[in-house]
Amino acid sequence: MKKTQESKTMNSGLHEQESSLRAVVSDVLAEAKQQGASSAEASSSMSQGLVVNVRLGEVETVEHTRDKGLAITVFFGQKSGSASTSDFSPGAIRDCVRAAATIARYTAADDCAGLADPDQLAREIPDLDLYHPWNPGVDRAIALATECEDAARGADPRIVNSEGASLSTHDGIEVYGNSHGFLGAVATSRHSMSCAVIGEDESGMQRDYWYTADRKAAGLEAPSKVGHEAAARTVRRLGGRKLATRKTPVLYEAAIAASLLSHFIGAIRGTSLYRRSSFLLDQLGQPVFAPHVRIHEQPFLRGALGSTPFDNDGVAPSSRDIVRDGILQGYVLDVYSARKLGMKSTGNAGGVHNLTLQPGEQDLAGLLRQMGTGLFVTELIGFGVNGVTGDYSRGAAGFWVENGVIQYPVEEITIAGNLKDMYRNLVAVGNDVDLRGNTRTGSILIDGMTLAGS
Amino acid sequence: MTDTLALAQQTLLAPASLGDADLDRVLASVLTHRVDYADLYFQYSRYESWSLEEGQVKSGSYNVEQGVGVRAVSGEKTGFAYSDEILLPALSDAANAARAIARAGGNGEAHVGSKLAVRDARRVILYAPIDPLASLEDAAKVKLLEAVEQEARRADPRVKQVMASLVGVQDTILVARSDGQLAADVRPLVRLNVTVIVEYDGKRETGSSGGGGRVRYSHFLEEGRAQHYAREAVRQALVNLDAGEAPAGPMKVVLGPGWPGILLHEAIGHGLEGDFNRKGTSAFSGRVGERVASEGVTVVDDGTLADRRGSLNVDDEGTPTQKTVLIEDGILKGYMQDTLNARLMGVAPTGNGRRESYAHLPLPRMTNTYMLPGQRDPAEIIAAVDRGLYAVNFGGGQVDITSGKFVFTASEAYLIENGRVTRPVKGATLIGNGPDVLTRVTMVGNDLALDSGVGTCGKDGQSVPVGVGQPTLLIDGLTVGGTQS
Repeated sequence: MKKTQESKTMNSGLHEQESSLRAVVSDVLAEAKQQGASSAEASSSMSQGLVVNVRLGEVETVEHTRDKGLAITVFFGQKSGSASTSDFSPGAIRDCVRAAATIARYTAADDCAGLADPDQLAREIPDLDLYHPWNPGVDRAIALATECEDAARGADPRIVNSEGASLSTHDGIEVYGNSHGFLGAVATSRHSMSCAVIGEDESGMQRDYWYTADRKAAGLEAPSKVGHEAAARTVRRLGGRKLATRKTPVLYEAAIAASLLSHFIGAIRGTSLYRRSSFLLDQLGQPVFAPHVRIHEQPFLRGALGSTPFDNDGVAPSSRDIVRDGILQGYVLDVYSARKLGMKSTGNAGGVHNLTLQPGEQDLAGLLRQMGTGLFVTELIGFGVNGVTGDYSRGAAGFWVENGVIQYPVEEITIAGNLKDMYRNLVAVGNDVDLRGNTRTGSILIDGMTLAGS
Repeated sequence: MTDTLALAQQTLLAPASLGDADLDRVLASVLTHRVDYADLYFQYSRYESWSLEEGQVKSGSYNVEQGVGVRAVSGEKTGFAYSDEILLPALSDAANAARAIARAGGNGEAHVGSKLAVRDARRVILYAPIDPLASLEDAAKVKLLEAVEQEARRADPRVKQVMASLVGVQDTILVARSDGQLAADVRPLVRLNVTVIVEYDGKRETGSSGGGGRVRYSHFLEEGRAQHYAREAVRQALVNLDAGEAPAGPMKVVLGPGWPGILLHEAIGHGLEGDFNRKGTSAFSGRVGERVASEGVTVVDDGTLADRRGSLNVDDEGTPTQKTVLIEDGILKGYMQDTLNARLMGVAPTGNGRRESYAHLPLPRMTNTYMLPGQRDPAEIIAAVDRGLYAVNFGGGQVDITSGKFVFTASEAYLIENGRVTRPVKGATLIGNGPDVLTRVTMVGNDLALDSGVGTCGKDGQSVPVGVGQPTLLIDGLTVGGTQS
């Protein structure tokens, strides 16, 4: 009973929030016109949430979050300026527009500046099932986080300490509008639970974590499962050794493999291309991956974490292949970068949507067997990627594998190569797809990397 | 400081007609619920940025953020809520939400909120309470970026793209604490960054430079700083255009002075933050008094350097910053603390309680972290290496606090062969173990330099500006993550 009432309150809250945000965006667009802007766009959002951390069985923090914001870009011909504020009062809206207009006075005229062409704007705004608010209350949230941490701490005697377990729930709504008359709203929710614990043996301490995330509370993994996974991942790292420097194939675990795709997207983003600051320039229609690779985006997947009915320019994204048979089919463009390149926006202002690396047939064990002898990487640290040259060098930890069988944990090593070669040497993708984020990939096996160690 | 307080009260409290008595009442209402400590953190932050590409300043933005965070601490438990409206009703709501933490059981030692009083203020202020955004005409900001672009293009015909940005922030904060202390700060911060793309013979490379501090924009016009950043970015990019494959494996590494001090930030700095040590999750936990570095190695965290990016007059809990010795002559001396962890560990706070904004909880964070100089001439250090890497510029770094493993990535490096710097090699990630890397320091240069003011540190999703520095160092045996085995 109590739950129904709560969700009713949330829904009426949503309607109120949506109409107030629509009003704010309309007001700010009207104010921009009033101040002489030839066109304008604005976005506005509200969100609320609860984050609870439990450590060693005791509550550590309870955080209530409540945020709102308004951002506007005004155009005076081909000159533009932007401003943002968290104050929705009429005076603040006026000041915000004025600040943006002042900036536009000093910026240079830019042929490519401006809103999306009207025919590119999303015509329909489908309900993608992205909004499932959850109001567990502080006590229930604490109980769930406690159950999660207890499971981790009880899983193995070598789990001696904890960074705690966390339960987080957020929901909110965002409205985008522009002076072409577009006004769209998207309400979303995101809930997550995570746990990080410390294991210790005679070799020293190790930490690892696990998390679950979904738009629906019901889509979260059970607390005990998250805790057990965190404990198992921590304990398996104990006794890590260094390895001697060598050439080796590397299997990226699904949970960390998404970074390989984000480097790829960074290289085919419009901004990187028109600035000529990418290692994949002029590659449209060319092979950039091994021939078996397909990478596509799925913006309209119902209930998925990366879904959206329109992008930050108001343009509808599309379900499309970015790489087919290893060949680059398209770029990742917003309105501005598309104009710079003489192309059409691909609906990617703000990024890609449920980027998916087509899974292969094999599970993780199968990939380990296929690799035979090599490195299974479960953690990457550092930022050693040069987006202009593709040179890649990152800190890593994981396991040494022989004959398809994990032998021992390894740490304090780096793996290096060049992304252009790594993409062409992509041997296989697992069917162990990680669905917890905007990038969906299984484990990825790459041949011919350099491991540096002792 | 009193001027700063008056300024902060004028900015943060006056618009809502909030007075000390209101703050006292809100704090007292939080304290009635078995809460040991509470604070209110008011913030008004103005931010602008101007960006140049393709020779023109095509975009700029201005952002205002304001709000108040309410924290209630009961033993090890913290309740936290915030509002983006600085109004009494919103403040009271946030206080109600935050104090609910004590329901979960607390130590029950409620201190009666004494009347708010200004904290015994520092005599010398580290930076003036200026408004950097207003320190230069908008047209002159545009001109400054254009001058950077022109200098970069003038420096070499192989320069194909120049991207430059100018950022200014004025952050006004006021902290009212349940122990009666009241503190305020007005924090200016500016930054200029330039990135270039060079192209020659079908090869492309990039280089970046920049700087800033808690100063006016005129900082960049003085001593030709802006033009220097432009030339420096071009120089780095051209060096990398000629760079060969980086070596792979353990070797002697000479780190240049200044920004390579990111080594200290990652390898030992994070591991010495109070929260990890109170919880026993750091590879340095329980090691005060032990040798963690070679003799002659002294490392400090110093929030009191005038005008520095990492400096603060008071931290985000109102504690004056200080110079904290972390390692003295190789021996671990202590940790960096905020009030919560200091109290739980029974030590004094060190002025390291920092938060990204009113909407985030304070954590122990670094300010300016650097190593004191030694005796060696840098040339002598390089001459002492038969074969090794000389790394003078770096991108980012990261550390696993618990295992102690850290990385930092070189963006400009050279081979040393037979005591001489020979040829450039590509950037590579260097990896080591925090608790022992400084025991492998065999030579410390006499050329201490601090970075130019570009560092940002991330922890628990919160970003804060920081500084680093060091003299030239020789480390015997760091793993270099190149491709040439």
